[in-house]
Amino acid sequence: MSRKLLLEHIDKPGIRGLEGYRANGGYRSVEKSLKMTPDEVLEEVKKSGLRGRGGAGFPAGMKWSFLAKPEGVPRYLVVNADESEPGTFKDRYLMERIPHMLIEGIISSCFAMGAKTSYIYIRGEYFYVARILEQAIAEARAAGWLGKNIQGSGFDLDVFVHVGAGAYICGEETALLESLEGKRGNPRIKPPFPAVKGLWGRPTVVNNVETICAVVPIINDGGEEYAKIGIGRSTGTKLISAGGHVNKPGVYEIELGIPVEEFLMSDEYCGGVSGGRPLKACIPGGSSVPILPAELLFRTAKFETRLMTYESLSDGGFQTGSMLGSGGFYVFNDTACIVRSTWNHSRFYHHESCGQCSPCREGTGWMEKILYRLEHGLARTDDIDLLWDVQRRIEGNTICPFGDAAAWPVAAAIRHFRDEFEYHATHPTKVKDPKHFEKEPMKRVERSYAG
Amino acid sequence: MEDPTKPVTTTEGVTPFELSEKALAECRMILERYPAEFSKSGLIPILHVAQADNDGWLSVAAMNAVAALLKIQYIEVYEVATFYSMFHLHPVGKHVFDVCRTVPCMLRGSDDIVAHIEKRLGIKAGQTTADGQFTLRMAECLGSCGGAPMLQCGANYHEHLTTEKVDELIEKFRAIPERSNYTDQ
Ligand SMILES: Cc1cc2nc3c(=O)[nH]c(=O)nc-3n(C[C@H](O)[C@H](O)[C@H](O)COP(=O)(O)O)c2cc1C
Ligand code: SF4
Ligand code: FES
Repeated sequence: MSRKLLLEHIDKPGIRGLEGYRANGGYRSVEKSLKMTPDEVLEEVKKSGLRGRGGAGFPAGMKWSFLAKPEGVPRYLVVNADESEPGTFKDRYLMERIPHMLIEGIISSCFAMGAKTSYIYIRGEYFYVARILEQAIAEARAAGWLGKNIQGSGFDLDVFVHVGAGAYICGEETALLESLEGKRGNPRIKPPFPAVKGLWGRPTVVNNVETICAVVPIINDGGEEYAKIGIGRSTGTKLISAGGHVNKPGVYEIELGIPVEEFLMSDEYCGGVSGGRPLKACIPGGSSVPILPAELLFRTAKFETRLMTYESLSDGGFQTGSMLGSGGFYVFNDTACIVRSTWNHSRFYHHESCGQCSPCREGTGWMEKILYRLEHGLARTDDIDLLWDVQRRIEGNTICPFGDAAAWPVAAAIRHFRDEFEYHATHPTKVKDPKHFEKEPMKRVERSYAG
Repeated sequence: MEDPTKPVTTTEGVTPFELSEKALAECRMILERYPAEFSKSGLIPILHVAQADNDGWLSVAAMNAVAALLKIQYIEVYEVATFYSMFHLHPVGKHVFDVCRTVPCMLRGSDDIVAHIEKRLGIKAGQTTADGQFTLRMAECLGSCGGAPMLQCGANYHEHLTTEKVDELIEKFRAIPERSNYTDQ
């Protein structure tokens, strides 16, 4: 059994309430951190090697140290609870089941940053989770863990929950800040970064829910202890949301560094591919990361064991690798159609584009149209090249990384499954049945990626 | 000739709207979270309150009332209300089924669930039943892929759907005259 730092107590009775949470060691990290100096807390987080769990994997301690501290200007911690990357559902699990852990993490984090106000920006669909958080905040405040002069330390902190209203792009940190200011979720041009000009133009740190929760064990056990878990620059534990064609969908906490094969096949985690069917592909880090064909999932192109780490999952770059991303891990067995999934993803990105940049606004629509034609038996083989061309012109030409996130999955699907795209162009009658591969899986020739 | 400098407040056919006392109290609580000079930050949470207060959708009159409350331009409300998928700009049924259609749900059978609901309710996605009881909508990933296939109705998530479960849900909600709102406790 691997170590659990975030989910250790998640099934304990009463853990959602303050009393049950306290009975399981809750708020110990705050007792400890408030006796340290803010810089000492920051130092522990730096030593832990903790990297952002929202998708980009930026070192949390480094981000905090960039926070501008002009005299007399309030600064903020904004917790990103937008969780809308398809395939990802870990933050909801944490907030719904053990809400005090997030509050506990927020207190030490704000203390380190010198922030006296924190907002939790939660996606609107999670309204019921927002209520759970609000209740936990009220409990914590009544018990002196929030508000003025927390536990006699002289440190003041208010935490507020702010609900969004349904827009994937509001997970992007600057769109999130716009939305929190009561505007459309249009990402800002960076620089300036939020650490300098964030919420209401003031210095702001934006961190994912899981990142902030991880601060709790880091303070409790020390940054060095945390850094002992994992491999290289992938330290600590990570929540993985497992879905799609797996036997046991759900949220799992892993020690970074376990083999991908173990995660997918062992009964401790996913319990294997559903239906006992052959594995076709996997998206290991949420819809925005490249899809990996079965041949590249358990081993890299260099025939090394593929591990659940930031580095190993991206080994091989975009040619033969992917990314850990948000940890939204979803699996495709041989009945899945890669063209249909890619079309579905591109429809998602078209729907969710904020529309500020033409390559993204128009390109996502064109990709959706071409993929619709392919999937429905209305396209020709040269449409595949057209699709390749469109995605290539989006990447790198937009204000925010959404454009890349829309283009990469299309590029990877064509790169690894061109045969399936060609099949769609040449077998129009067959693919007009939406369940074409469910009824008769396509024979795949195993590809060699060596060399 | 209409005066273009005057906002459309109570054009014909638009029911006038005022926030109820209960809704106003909720709005005041929301506004306590932000510094007074940045009260516009309360816009999205307040639009949720207004929507629940206006039979589940945002009419022009309802949006104008929110603008007046926050002392901002009408356009600042309209441009936000039109951006976010949870705001309904047209009347909707008492119970809105938001069925997730994104890949992780699709892999676990959401297409069949949608087809089944369409058949049972006799409407297509995006439509409302003639009796005004149900609206069916397609949603993008609702952060519940582990419970796929799933749908949201009001504040509640319904997970691991099967056609039988969907039938039960439809029967249940057919008998509930009160509207399901996202903001329900
Ligand atoms: C299109 C897009 C969507 C994103 N969605 C989320 C999200 O839902 N949740 C999240 O925590 N980060 C999301 N991010 C990443 C945030 O911009 C930001 O990097 C993150 O919240 C920083 O927190 P971390 O360093 O703790 O990961 C998204 C980024 C992009 C470009
Ligand atoms: S890349 Fe797309 S989502 Fe990002 S700012 Fe441009 S149009 Fe908006
Ligand atoms: S894909 Fe349906 S909830 Fe995530």
